[in-house]
Amino acid sequence: MRPFGYLVPPDPAAAIAAVTGRPGAAFLAGGTNLVDLMKLGVASPDLLVDVTGLLPGRIEPAPSGGLRIGAGVRNSDLAADPRVRAGYPVLAQAVLAGASGQLRNMATVGGNLLQRPRCPYFQDVTKPCNKRDPGSGCPARVGDHRNLAILGGSAHCVATHPSDMAVALAALDAVVHIEGPGGPRTLPLGGLYRLPGGRPDRETTLERGDLITAVDLPAPGFAARSAYRKVRDRASYAFAVASVAAALDVSGGVVRDARLALGAVAPVPWRARAAERVLAGRPATAEWFGRAADAELAAAAPLRDNAFKLTLVRNVVVRMLSELAGSEPAGAAQ
Amino acid sequence: MMASVTTADHTSSELTLRVNGTAHRLRLDHRTTLLDALREHLGLTGTKKGCDHGQCGACTVLLGGRAGGRRVNSCLLLAVMAQDTEIITIEGLASPDGELHPLQAAFVEHDALQCGYCTPGQICSAAAMLGEAAAGWPSAASASLSPQAGPVTLDAAEIRERMSGNLCRCGAYVNILAAIRDVLQEAP
Repeated sequence: MRPFGYLVPPDPAAAIAAVTGRPGAAFLAGGTNLVDLMKLGVASPDLLVDVTGLLPGRIEPAPSGGLRIGAGVRNSDLAADPRVRAGYPVLAQAVLAGASGQLRNMATVGGNLLQRPRCPYFQDVTKPCNKRDPGSGCPARVGDHRNLAILGGSAHCVATHPSDMAVALAALDAVVHIEGPGGPRTLPLGGLYRLPGGRPDRETTLERGDLITAVDLPAPGFAARSAYRKVRDRASYAFAVASVAAALDVSGGVVRDARLALGAVAPVPWRARAAERVLAGRPATAEWFGRAADAELAAAAPLRDNAFKLTLVRNVVVRMLSELAGSEPAGAAQ
Repeated sequence: MMASVTTADHTSSELTLRVNGTAHRLRLDHRTTLLDALREHLGLTGTKKGCDHGQCGACTVLLGGRAGGRRVNSCLLLAVMAQDTEIITIEGLASPDGELHPLQAAFVEHDALQCGYCTPGQICSAAAMLGEAAAGWPSAASASLSPQAGPVTLDAAEIRERMSGNLCRCGAYVNILAAIRDVLQEAP
């Protein structure tokens, strides 16, 4: 590991200035991903600016009527919060589905949003990777890609975003608060992430020195009828093979509103807007839930070993929406 | 108490780690993890290095004291980040008079190990896990996340889920589960 300086600034402005003024500097929060990447040689900052004591660490009522989650809130505190559990079960479930008890105690909300992909080639500095070393190539397309993207990838990168929490936040239309060298601003969660295209090294729209300070949840409403389902290779403590965050508002057997986001299938937390459009105003039946999934997956471009995710995602979407609608799917999907 | 960190150009810092009730003054390269500080600089080798990547839990220690401390992977925590808290390792879990922590005694009683390498991490993790459940924290195995669901009942599925951050390559899980359940039943 490269030697590095360590700085605990007095306030966020000083932290932002320290990172803005030094190309090799990085913010440090929980460290669960960054310290690991430094051990692997994937990240090699020459200065860590520790913001754990500076970021808001509380969950408070937001002006929108929802909740404002400080970026320094630990994942375990987020999942245990009674307001989150009651009003946004999809979020509590997503956080609890991720990592382990130890890691959730360390990991912060801001850091969770900015964690890096776990693509085996990205994490192995002896292999080419367009994300880590632009222009070096992507062995994943012909190599080990069973758990990589089927949506939103490019010829240059098919890594998936690893967060569970961010998938729930995508479905909830969360808003990200950022402070940076240009002052404060907000972004919808979807606006935080970039698809890889020809520049897989650029994963977010953040600029050097931008610091996520909080995430706002909208007023609780039909998010109370929401859920997160994660499919993985072992029962616990594994990254998703596919995951679905869903919220559903049904009245008289008809879908009034649906929010759907997919995880572990795309380079970003994937808001399934094509599926949502199909569902609006349609009967809340397994048939229509399946049509909605098909509409979303029509754009999929699976590789040799991950086409199974198409069936998997469709089945999970149908089952989850059916459960949220209060009815078992007719001809239950497996 | 916060980092006596000088300037951004230094690659080491003078710092104090409070471990099992004793303060230690050290100068450490910033690259030093809490795990390596404990093992290589303080001689506290009870905390184990397994994967060194936060995937196995062998390095689990408690931050914030014996009661109510939070379990963390000490391999992913830089020592400079652990300055403002009380660190408890397996060496500090027993009573000062040497009486074993109930979990330690239960692991012996139930033969909850084979090679023993993961055991300190398992026990530290379980100690904090029992506190989390007592505080009402839900898990992915909880039937309901509703805050009205009432106290957490730690059945086998709950314990397995909550302990999934600790791997045992010998596969002693059956007896680890029995040891933890034993402590639960003895709790007041």
